[in-house]
Amino acid sequence: MLAYLIRRLGQSFLVMAVMATIVFFGLYMVGNPIDLLINPEDDLAAQEEAIRRLGLDQPVYIQFLQFLKGVATGNLGVSFVHNTPALELILSRLPATLELAFFAMLFAVLIGIPLGMFAGLYPKSPGSRIIMGGSIIGFSTPNFWQGLMLIMLFAVFWRVLPSGGRGETTELFGVPVSFLTLDGLKHLILPALNLAIFKISLVIRLSRAGTAEVSLQDYVKYARARGLSEKRVVGVHILKNILIPVVTVLGLELGNVIAFAVVTETVFAWPGIGKLLIDSIGLLDRPVVVAYMMLTVFMFVMINFFVDMAYSMLDPRIRIKAGKA
Amino acid sequence: MTAPVLSVRNLVTEFDTRAGTLRAVNNVSFDVQPGEVLGIVGESGSGKTITGFSIMQLLDQPGKVKSGEILLNGKDLNKEDSRELRKLRGDRIAMIFQDPMMTLNPVLRIDTQMIETIQAHRNVSKAEARQIAEDALAQVGIPSPAERLKTYPHEMSGGMRQRVVIAIALMLEPDLIIADEPTTALDVTIQSQILYEMQRLLSDRNMGLIWITHDLTVVAGLAHKVAVMYAGRIVEYGSVNELLDAPAHPYTRGLIDSIPSNASHGKRLTQIPGMTPSLLNLGDGCPFRPRCSKATDACAVDPDEHTLSEGHWVRCHNPVLEAKG
Repeated sequence: MLAYLIRRLGQSFLVMAVMATIVFFGLYMVGNPIDLLINPEDDLAAQEEAIRRLGLDQPVYIQFLQFLKGVATGNLGVSFVHNTPALELILSRLPATLELAFFAMLFAVLIGIPLGMFAGLYPKSPGSRIIMGGSIIGFSTPNFWQGLMLIMLFAVFWRVLPSGGRGETTELFGVPVSFLTLDGLKHLILPALNLAIFKISLVIRLSRAGTAEVSLQDYVKYARARGLSEKRVVGVHILKNILIPVVTVLGLELGNVIAFAVVTETVFAWPGIGKLLIDSIGLLDRPVVVAYMMLTVFMFVMINFFVDMAYSMLDPRIRIKAGKA
Repeated sequence: MTAPVLSVRNLVTEFDTRAGTLRAVNNVSFDVQPGEVLGIVGESGSGKTITGFSIMQLLDQPGKVKSGEILLNGKDLNKEDSRELRKLRGDRIAMIFQDPMMTLNPVLRIDTQMIETIQAHRNVSKAEARQIAEDALAQVGIPSPAERLKTYPHEMSGGMRQRVVIAIALMLEPDLIIADEPTTALDVTIQSQILYEMQRLLSDRNMGLIWITHDLTVVAGLAHKVAVMYAGRIVEYGSVNELLDAPAHPYTRGLIDSIPSNASHGKRLTQIPGMTPSLLNLGDGCPFRPRCSKATDACAVDPDEHTLSEGHWVRCHNPVLEAKG
């Protein structure tokens, strides 16, 4: 188990290093941040002073070496634009995104699994057809359009929910969160739902396929033959068997939801890291983009790791194999 | 004579498929007395398993009991609602499935599955239920039952799992057990162990047992009465001694002759020519006619039951009357 853990960590460091290199040089090729950062009305000496301060007067490989030196000491660079450490900047925006992602996943599970199981248990009912049709729409329409539609329906047409922003926040363990106030919660619902639509559709499909397959197994029939209630048969015997693929996919998707909440955050003006990334790319704020990417990779690695742990909790057969390996 | 535990009268079970209506069980009647073992014998597709599931009211779609009565202690199961059936299943009427590898839910521990069964029918605490489960495992010859309870199904061998399933069936002292080829998936030594165990357990209990099998040798050692099924109907019925010593139906005779024995050593094995007919196009007359060596023109008309002696009847125009020799 320990060997597995160390190997896993080593792999993730390698991935992070490669990622950082690619992003660093990639952004260097996209454009020169000087053009955007320097005030052209300043005199030449002031301009040169600014360029030197940002380290942009050096050749690119020197810049890269300096970046590596910084990484080794835990410093991912200072934002060109905000003049604060990039990592600090991202971490200050992270709670908003995490909150959004958490609620999106919650929606995906709480809405997706019951609907999917219903469609799997009663494949021919009209309800199932509506659910499956809905999931196709959820899959295939672009996310920004879904967001705009949500705003149009709930914010413009019915005027029940606000269209953007984070609303009132309160501090929870020193971190500002929205979901503890009524106003914040109202602001949270639409973006979280928008971020969740795709995941809900995915979970519906997975749970439906799983339920349809598991329902035919002998052990489900046997559970009924033992006189168990339908609630117990569906809620324990079937549910526990379909959770493995759902947890796998949701685990991978959790990373996606956090890392690529960009569209939703832009549409709903949600002040999270996705919006920060878009702004930073627009301004060629290289330290922020690189730090963001490295953080994202780290997050994916950690999530995959926890998904593996969750498997063994769900499926005793995997537990045994892992113990022997 | 005491009242039978189970009394099946003119049972008809049909499957409405796209290709037409399939009559899997055709006008089947039999009784099971308390303490009596009824063996239902037949080839694959003869309707024996469907008869079992019809009694349990657990037919898969699109199977349906069309007509007839299934009286369990005088109560017609066809007329009970699903709530009442749930209460009866596992409590008054238990079932043992064919493949022990597929019967127990792979992701739930043995104790979970036993305790949930007990608690579905008895108002007992978890600790009491655990004690009942432990005693039941000990009774079927499972060593150190308290530890075995905490294992998962995949940690046990096939024979052990079938013992667990038998323990679950016996645990609540039902009036009737339906065993659907419970030893078919096991190797011979385990099979004889399980059969021995069954005989031992039945001797001191007054429960009825239906043993569904294709194996006449198993029936010979275990059953009191035998019903031979062919193409959805019982073609011969009688006590085990009479039926095996003087099989009257050409099909029964064929089944017995197909068993390799010492007497046939060195000779070519006898077999019944042809295959089980498709239930979709049986046509009129005796369904065994095309494969029967004794078929005459009279066989174009469906034969009635001919009583040969008290409690021994055959559905054939030309029964084999000389004793087997």
